[in-house]
Amino acid sequence: MGKKILLEHINVPGIETYDVYRKQGGYTAVEKAIKTMSPEGVVEEVKKAGVRGRGGAGFPMGMKWSFLAKPEGVPRYLVCNADESEPGTFKDHYLMKNIPHLLIEGMIVSSYALGANKSFIYVRGELMYVIRILEKAIAEAKAAGFLGKNILGSGYDLELIVHPGGGAYICGEETALLESLEGKRGNPRNKPPFPAVKGLYQCPTVVNNVESIATAAWIINNGGDAYAAIGIGRSSGTKLISASGHIKKPGVYEIELGVPVEEFLYSDEWCGGIRDGHHLKALVAGGSSVPILPANLITKLANGEPRLMTYESLSDGGFQTGTMLGSGGFIVFDETACVVRNTWNFSRFYHHESCGQCSPCREGTGWMEKVLHRIEHGHGSMHDIDLLVDVAKKIEGNTICPLGDAAAWPVASAIRHFRDEFEWHITHPAEATQPGAVFKGEMALV
Amino acid sequence: MTETQNTVEFTPERLKIAQEMIDRYPAERQKSALLPLLHLAQEQWGWLSPEVMDYVGRMLDIQAIEVYEVATFYTMFHLDPVGKHVIEYCRTGPCCLMGGEEIYDYLKQKLGIQAGETTADQKFTLKEVECLAACGMGPVFQIREQYYMNLTRDKVDEIIAELSR
Repeated sequence: MGKKILLEHINVPGIETYDVYRKQGGYTAVEKAIKTMSPEGVVEEVKKAGVRGRGGAGFPMGMKWSFLAKPEGVPRYLVCNADESEPGTFKDHYLMKNIPHLLIEGMIVSSYALGANKSFIYVRGELMYVIRILEKAIAEAKAAGFLGKNILGSGYDLELIVHPGGGAYICGEETALLESLEGKRGNPRNKPPFPAVKGLYQCPTVVNNVESIATAAWIINNGGDAYAAIGIGRSSGTKLISASGHIKKPGVYEIELGVPVEEFLYSDEWCGGIRDGHHLKALVAGGSSVPILPANLITKLANGEPRLMTYESLSDGGFQTGTMLGSGGFIVFDETACVVRNTWNFSRFYHHESCGQCSPCREGTGWMEKVLHRIEHGHGSMHDIDLLVDVAKKIEGNTICPLGDAAAWPVASAIRHFRDEFEWHITHPAEATQPGAVFKGEMALV
Repeated sequence: MTETQNTVEFTPERLKIAQEMIDRYPAERQKSALLPLLHLAQEQWGWLSPEVMDYVGRMLDIQAIEVYEVATFYTMFHLDPVGKHVIEYCRTGPCCLMGGEEIYDYLKQKLGIQAGETTADQKFTLKEVECLAACGMGPVFQIREQYYMNLTRDKVDEIIAELSR
């Protein structure tokens, strides 16, 4: 059993209510922070914890906090990014729905640290039922004196506002999210200026993921050093992994960073292995945006050592033989899955979700979808494979936000590791377009 | 035109909620309430007609174009009339791995409509959506605030029968 920080009390009946959450030690971090610590002291603990952004980028949260500009007389804002939309990722949905007070408590502690008096939780609009759960939790916390004016007699005021999105993946990008929160289209902003200087309403703003903010309560209760002692090196603490696809036990799991990928995949404590009668073909470890890896590369590094669930180990080998931890969206493919079809599916997603501002992304995602569609449907040519590589290369790094990269990587990695499967679709169109047809040749050429 | 506009108004309960939504944001930043109000409007009218969008714009003291450009950007808003139940079906990878495409074909066949269409009895509209953040429970579709997960043919039969009553 690994250490549980976020989901320790998840199975306690009634944990979604204030009373039960409080009985399990809830809101002690707010009491400790507000009564005994300075805002700078809270920032210091979070820095020591070394917790990295859990939305996918992995940027250290404490460092992000320390960049926040503090001009006199200008409000500062904390915005929680709960726009969870990365395919394969459903951990924030799970956390907010089941243990909403953990996020509320984290928001209070974090807002106090940053000196924010009005903080926002931007939740994807599809999760309207979760928004209602959060609003109920906020009302309970307010009634208990943990929100509102003069919290615990400290003179500190805080109001929490839950804001619905409208169904746009791009709003998970922090500046698009801020635009959206201002009532506009979700077009990412050019940077600099960064949100820490000019964010929401052109005021200094910190945007953090749900899971990141939820760690704040434990860090304050137990100290940053205790958090940093969990995990391995710069991958400190625990991580929520959303496991889906062809496994026996899909779901959300909290792991100590550093668990071997093989153990996470096959142990009964977590995924429970590939469904009966099948075997692992490929895996996307960190949400649809990160490179797909074939079976032989996901469990072992290129030098044969076991690959671990850490930021460093998953990216070991760069994009030639590695991938990324990303959002922890762990999508498992057995031998019945067609890599070409899945790549086309993901491409369609990115084309649909591109905001259209930057031409490499707007046009490139469309072309990748079109070319992949024709390969999958038996009309591809060998030239198309190189064309895809070329288009992906021309999108990558040439857009103002990372959606372009996120669209390019799945395509480039699928071709890098499964080129023979693409070629088979082109050389055997009649066979490849049969329902359920999957390439049976030598798999996973590195 | 004037007559149509006069008939577009939130119910008294929703009007109160709308005002609370607007008041949540800082002074002069009432435009932030646009997405919340559009959701509230869609809850009342089922879809967003130009008259409804104009009404929301007047409430927020912003130009109509500012409402249109937002309503057309976000995929959750229906800009045409829809049936009583809008089925929003996830078509993204992880759901497809769990047989999402097969169940989708079955659903389309059962309702006799394609994506974007409404059944003749105006009961169901089918929309394709991207990832709903429920990948471990795929295949998934959503109707208003309700998620329907781990879909099978039998489950689809049950849900449609229940909602057809």
